[in-house]
Amino acid sequence: MLNTRRLSSRELTHYYLERSEKLQPKLNGYISITQEQALETAAQVDQLCSQGQELGTLAGIPGAIKDNISTQGVPTTCASRVLAEYIPPFDATVVKKLAHSPMLGKASLDEFAMGTGNLTSAFGPVRNPWDLERVPGGSSGGSAALVAAGCAPFSLGSDTGGSIRQPASYCGVTGLKPTYGRVSRNGLIAFASSLDQIGPFAWTIEDCALVLQAICGHDPGDATSAAVDVPDFTAYLHNDVSGLRIGLPQETFSNCPHPDTAKVVLRAAGELEKAGAELSWVSMPYEKEVMAAYILVATAEASSNLARFDGVNFGYRGAGENLEEMYTSSRRFGNEVSRRLVMGTFALSQKQCGECYELGQRARQLVDSHLGNIFQQVDVLLLPTAPSPAYKLDEGQDPLTAYYNDIYTIPANLAGLPAASLPCGESEGLPIGMQLMAPKFREDLLLRVGYTWQCCSDWHLRRPQEVE
Amino acid sequence: MDYQTIIGLEIHVELLTDTKLFCHCPTGFGAKPNSQVCPTCLGLPGSLPVLRPQAVTQALRAALALDCSINEVSRFARKNYFYPDLPKGYQITQTIPLAQDGKVKVGEQEIAISRLHLEEDSGKSVHTGDSTLVDYNRSGIPLAEIVTSPCIKSPAQAREFLEALRQIMQYAQVSDCRMDQGSLRCDANISLQGEEPAGARTEIKNLNSFKAVEQALGYEIRRQSEILEQGKNVKPETMHWNEVHGVTVPMRVKEESPDYRLFPDPDLPPLVVSGEEIQACRQSLPELPQGKFERFRRKYGLPDMDIQVLTKTRGMADWFEETVQAGADPQAAANWVCSEVTRLLNREGRDISSLAFTPGDLARLIALNQQGEISGTAAKQVLAEMFLGGGDPAEIMQQLGVAQVSDADSLLTLVNSVLAENREAVSDYHGGKKRALGHLMGQAMKKSQGRANPRKLKGLLLKELNKG
Repeated sequence: MLNTRRLSSRELTHYYLERSEKLQPKLNGYISITQEQALETAAQVDQLCSQGQELGTLAGIPGAIKDNISTQGVPTTCASRVLAEYIPPFDATVVKKLAHSPMLGKASLDEFAMGTGNLTSAFGPVRNPWDLERVPGGSSGGSAALVAAGCAPFSLGSDTGGSIRQPASYCGVTGLKPTYGRVSRNGLIAFASSLDQIGPFAWTIEDCALVLQAICGHDPGDATSAAVDVPDFTAYLHNDVSGLRIGLPQETFSNCPHPDTAKVVLRAAGELEKAGAELSWVSMPYEKEVMAAYILVATAEASSNLARFDGVNFGYRGAGENLEEMYTSSRRFGNEVSRRLVMGTFALSQKQCGECYELGQRARQLVDSHLGNIFQQVDVLLLPTAPSPAYKLDEGQDPLTAYYNDIYTIPANLAGLPAASLPCGESEGLPIGMQLMAPKFREDLLLRVGYTWQCCSDWHLRRPQEVE
Repeated sequence: MDYQTIIGLEIHVELLTDTKLFCHCPTGFGAKPNSQVCPTCLGLPGSLPVLRPQAVTQALRAALALDCSINEVSRFARKNYFYPDLPKGYQITQTIPLAQDGKVKVGEQEIAISRLHLEEDSGKSVHTGDSTLVDYNRSGIPLAEIVTSPCIKSPAQAREFLEALRQIMQYAQVSDCRMDQGSLRCDANISLQGEEPAGARTEIKNLNSFKAVEQALGYEIRRQSEILEQGKNVKPETMHWNEVHGVTVPMRVKEESPDYRLFPDPDLPPLVVSGEEIQACRQSLPELPQGKFERFRRKYGLPDMDIQVLTKTRGMADWFEETVQAGADPQAAANWVCSEVTRLLNREGRDISSLAFTPGDLARLIALNQQGEISGTAAKQVLAEMFLGGGDPAEIMQQLGVAQVSDADSLLTLVNSVLAENREAVSDYHGGKKRALGHLMGQAMKKSQGRANPRKLKGLLLKELNKG
């Protein structure tokens, strides 16, 4: 539509900005709305289009960016008091790649992307558009809620243990975590460097493929970015899964604490079988190891990554007679971040914890090689994204229960695999997502299965009425 | 009682590179504070380190020059600690070092190098009045940390080792090793061993010159042996060398050693160097001091004392060899370079590369002297002139009027006048006092203002005396 100039980017951007402003009091999905910049970019794109320039597929289409992704000249807060006034002097690589996409604003998140309910943001919780008393999931809660409520046609999130897929599931949208190394992390404010990956949210897997196409590729500015060829992802959007082997992790379904979730996801698997896929049960027995590896590795890396927020260069600097007092009084992290930093510092300490970190790495390798074996037998794994639908804002989960919200999503991070969450049903009016997981750099399989699913279902097209 | 001294050194040398270790910032010394910085070396959120290959090449060359074996796979790790001049809250260093097991020949002894690894430098705290400022220009500059085994037996040997190490690093053009600019820094570990097992070791910091290393170690030996004499134990402490008072003072009061919570840096893949790269680095190394020393002995048959002076720097050695190539006799060239040229340079505090005349000019001066065109004394005068403004020695000799008189007629006139003026000495000579010849020679030389060719003069003098 933009190419044929039936609609200008300015009109489109204006529409989304207006809706974003209108729903912000209800959803609190943004930390900042960048109206002026968005309209400026839109005008530029319109100008270029009118000159007949061929721009990328996403040119002129606005989107929201999670507020842990650096944007030059625009505050990037990580939803933390520590960075409340931090304005990056450079753009993240993904932001540079989306230069022709008007940025509507910076989406809220759990503080430093640590949380599963977007409850730890220093800027207040984000609400789930399907039920404003419930969480949108986390940590990319803002990114998911904004897309679900139609405030943004797409958004970017980041996924360290499920932070794209779980909120996508809670909010009834499609979310994709690419293979580790597929998308540059340069400019993403790190939580756990070996697990973090940026990815898209949209209503459909097709739109996710378009966004992925725009943001991925080898980046010399990120030593962990993979030097692999970027395929044309749209070429894999086939309504055809015949002969594809889909594995269902038995333990996940039988132990799922929310029976409706297991039922809904299994029913979706059945639909895919009708479409020609071959289903089989596989075993993924390492739940404890998955959690142990994740907690040790993620918190250890976080404790080191966040050490720089000591009040010397960033954020608030407390008073103190000496260096140590100054450091102590400068600490302004929220409870969840503090808890993880303490755990991570403990995990890395030779004196306190001996070989804890190494144990975590070994558990990680175990999970990785087990998944490797499973992918010898099947092409794709299909399982619930989260153990249950969105929980209530005031439910007050204890930390460990909260961490277990990510139990189905963490394995993909530990092994660096691509995974996606797609809407596949509901329970008492709340969306439920199914998760697809594939071997490294096989996003094509996710796209093929996801596209086929969205051709034979309409869950991704249902919109929440509560916000209207 | 006598104790055996056990000394180990930890040396940091700044590698000569165009850019910092993990970013593109320049590395020049003395730039305006915080003018050579970027998001990466400032540790800005979202910035990532990317290893620059030049630093690896330089570290490899340093390692090969120290006869180390290279680890084809090494790993970067994070050393976590808080200090304002450490912008990320951790330093990137190596746990598995780039190289190990090297050696440096010091006199007849060999000092073993246990490891050499790459790491980034921190910023620099500048204390001004009641505040402390931080200059991050130094942050991220590549360092090679070189650790010796505890095999150094005396403070003097420690100094000699450091001199040898500096010489090798300068030869290989790996580092300029300027302690005054901090491009070579040294910490020393020292313990004493009597009949009992070795006592605790102390670490001495703030050693700002090779002399300081030697003096501080000497002081520490006296201090530790006094403690042991009293039957007490030496405390394992970090000591600060106070140059003004010539004493070591304990630095940290904390009993426990710091917990650096080391773990592999998830932002950086393992460093892999191929056999070809190692070979290429080996071939890029120039002849090193030891090799040059042996070759000079073999090729030029010079005494060791001379070779030591000549091979002190590559510039000096090359200059000497060019003089020989220009036709000078090696021993004569060595004599001139080691004594007169060195003396003039030292007087002006200049380097041999700054000489106003060429090795060819010196070779010509040596030839003039050996052909009897100019006396040794006058040649020194000519050299001093050449040192000031360059120029051809023959021309300068003419200008100064110091050419040697060798023609028979002039010398005969001179001899006859001297004989006429010194009748007493002549009769002494004829009376059997052969010593009188010396007096007559002296008078003749004086009369010629030192310009008479002494050999020819003596021949003529004898001939005339014996005539009569």
